[in-house]
Amino acid sequence: MRTATYFASAALALAALTFGVVPSAVAADTPNPPADAKAFRDFFTQKFPKLKLEDFVNGPYSMNEGMHRQWEEKEQFPPYEFSVDMGKEMFSKPFKNGKSYADCFPNQGIGIRQNYPYFDDKEGKVVTLELALNRCREANGEAPFSYVKDEMAALTAYMAFTSRGKPFDIKIPNDPRALEAYQNGKRYFYTRRGQLNFSCATCHVQSPGERVRAEILAPALGILNAMPIYRSEWSGMGTISRRFTTCNSQIRGVPLNPQDDEYRDLEYYLSYVSNGLPISGPGARP
Amino acid sequence: MSMIRASTLSLALALLIGGATSVLAAASEADFKAAYAAAEAANKEAGALRNQWTVTAAALANAKKAADKGDFDQAIASSKEAEALAKASIYQATSEKTLWKELEIR
Repeated sequence: MRTATYFASAALALAALTFGVVPSAVAADTPNPPADAKAFRDFFTQKFPKLKLEDFVNGPYSMNEGMHRQWEEKEQFPPYEFSVDMGKEMFSKPFKNGKSYADCFPNQGIGIRQNYPYFDDKEGKVVTLELALNRCREANGEAPFSYVKDEMAALTAYMAFTSRGKPFDIKIPNDPRALEAYQNGKRYFYTRRGQLNFSCATCHVQSPGERVRAEILAPALGILNAMPIYRSEWSGMGTISRRFTTCNSQIRGVPLNPQDDEYRDLEYYLSYVSNGLPISGPGARP
Repeated sequence: MSMIRASTLSLALALLIGGATSVLAAASEADFKAAYAAAEAANKEAGALRNQWTVTAAALANAKKAADKGDFDQAIASSKEAEALAKASIYQATSEKTLWKELEIR
């Protein structure tokens, strides 16, 4: 009798595994970007119920009234203005071959920031705006700019400025490689690294609004919409590449090279989950 | 009774000093090179996992600096520290292959 009961229990467990647990476990592991984006947005809107959705793009300045007042005052004389001017001038100046940045981008590069990064099906990889700008330069016989310095910040600042208010519209085409890039970006975002054992999510999901020393941490929702940024801490402008690499070194991890696949995929994931939120770049941060 | 305690203590102390001296005497350039190579190998493995730590690189640099000054005791200590840090970063990268999912917003 006891043996029969064991067999029946085992059979039941096996059936449950086969028909219940296994399929749902597989389903949970299958990438589902729209469901991720909804869960992401819900998490932050529930965590900060008083905050308007579009205000998330203001990062730490959206986290409390005092900070918001600081932001309003800062916007009277925005510290990133010189960078927008520099970017505009660079953008309109032809390369040595007579062509310009406008020849490399849809709509002559105006009002298109919200569509980057995109998945390039020919290359099979994610292409960010910073990468596209340097590829444009190289295709026209110009040396690429550093991804973490002022020239790249100026170009992206100008392009963001012409796209202000347009909602992020990142697409994941029906291509397993695109889905894989998205999933890799998501894994990077949640993976702990560095001696401090922090992931991106440790600060920007678990602790937005909290302080790390004097800084107030920004929520991950909308965090790239304001890029590039003028940071008072840096006394200058910073690109997305600069932000990613410095985040890594701050947690005592050796940063990867700017525009390595991991960073491109991370930008793809973070931008996608902020779809619908307006571009507000260039921004200013403490 | 206290005589026995005192002599036992002296013996232990002598052994401790003797042992320490022999360890110190053993610290040579060859020992440093072996310790440094082990640390470098571990850090290279962390690099293959795309997860090196800045503190490992700093400990390796300290080891080299001490060795250049002929301070092989310090050089070995820094190498061992670097190896331990590199191994911790390997452990982190390996365990995070599945653990990252626990942080995910669902």
